[in-house]
Amino acid sequence: MHEIRTLSIDGQMISASADATILEAAREHGISIPTLCHLDGLSDVGACRLCLVEIEGQNRLQPACVTRVEEHMVVRTTSARLKKYRRMLLELLFSEGNHVCAVCVANRNCELQNLAADAGMDHVRFDYLHPACTTDATHDRFVLDHNRCILCARCVRVCDEIEAASTLAVAGRGSQSWIVSDLQDSWGDARSCTSCGKCLLVCPTGSLFEKGHTSTDPERKEDFLRYIVNANRRKG
Amino acid sequence: MSVLKSLATVWLSGCTGCHMSLLDCDETLLALPGKARIVYSPLADIKVFPENVDITLVEGAVATDADAALLHRVRKHTETLVAFGDCAVSGNITAMRNGLPNTAVLSRGYGAVGLEMGTVPEDGIPVLNETVLPVHRLVDVDVFLPSCPPSPAMICYVLDELLAGRTPQLNREQMRHG
Repeated sequence: MHEIRTLSIDGQMISASADATILEAAREHGISIPTLCHLDGLSDVGACRLCLVEIEGQNRLQPACVTRVEEHMVVRTTSARLKKYRRMLLELLFSEGNHVCAVCVANRNCELQNLAADAGMDHVRFDYLHPACTTDATHDRFVLDHNRCILCARCVRVCDEIEAASTLAVAGRGSQSWIVSDLQDSWGDARSCTSCGKCLLVCPTGSLFEKGHTSTDPERKEDFLRYIVNANRRKG
Repeated sequence: MSVLKSLATVWLSGCTGCHMSLLDCDETLLALPGKARIVYSPLADIKVFPENVDITLVEGAVATDADAALLHRVRKHTETLVAFGDCAVSGNITAMRNGLPNTAVLSRGYGAVGLEMGTVPEDGIPVLNETVLPVHRLVDVDVFLPSCPPSPAMICYVLDELLAGRTPQLNREQMRHG
């Protein structure tokens, strides 16, 4: 039998399994916390920091996706401080890449763009860095546009954890990090790639897309991963 | 003394799509002369940006010395300055040349229209700044109106609010870039 923890999130008393994260417990009870690197069905890495929450008795904000629930925990998912930080995080993501929504394949179908609107980001207060990024279109069907990449590593995780190909990885450090295929080969030369296309389906922005794809194409199927994961579980 | 508010629109470096969207405001535009005096606009034949302007919509990013000079004059003489559309708000497509040398940008631009490379005119065109900047990096902005371009409905809403002396409160959809 599962051990149960009782805690409070936004003033609501909640029971959750002892191994649940704050994010899982909150969402199970209809409390929404914004996320970007998290995706149901993949492991959590706490990379984007958008799901930061306040925990009573702790000065530091904690990412809800990788913080387990504890008995008598008192969690707040919204506050002036959290709103301020979430907007700041989104502004930093926009200033760090080349996110030109108007000419992006993911325009109006982009998690980053939507979260910025949610956060009331009517402009970016930081200097745009305009990094010199490349686009890898060497694969027969797919394109990796580093201009739009926010390094959430969803593609890396789905490639490893679901497809078990491990073609994609993060290379470099800090702001010089980037997504690579195999040993920094061109994607078209990456022999481990099965061309399954799962990385395209999990990309929250317009960084990974199919050749010929335009922003007028229908929305991506967000529930596809849950479908695959559930099917695998039933098989196992 | 006129009770009508004065309204100006300015076109910096952008595609003029925001002004096209403004023209799409239809009946609202027809009713505008009853609510505001249009004192400066690329759509009107007025040479110098006037003084004491109540509201100015600024389309486009700051990409040239002429843009910067006009913007500073606009700010000096405007009560409420609106960053009008994505280029003004973020630099948008206009800023995609950032990181490329100006010489490369100019020879591509002038080469692409069929002129020989190296025939970039030296006089009569504004000097490109090294870096394209959004409007708020040079002057204070009072209202940000993102989108590429803002829809006529958004423009009408913002104009109605400003002409009524209120501060527009953009909703989530209006806040979206792109």
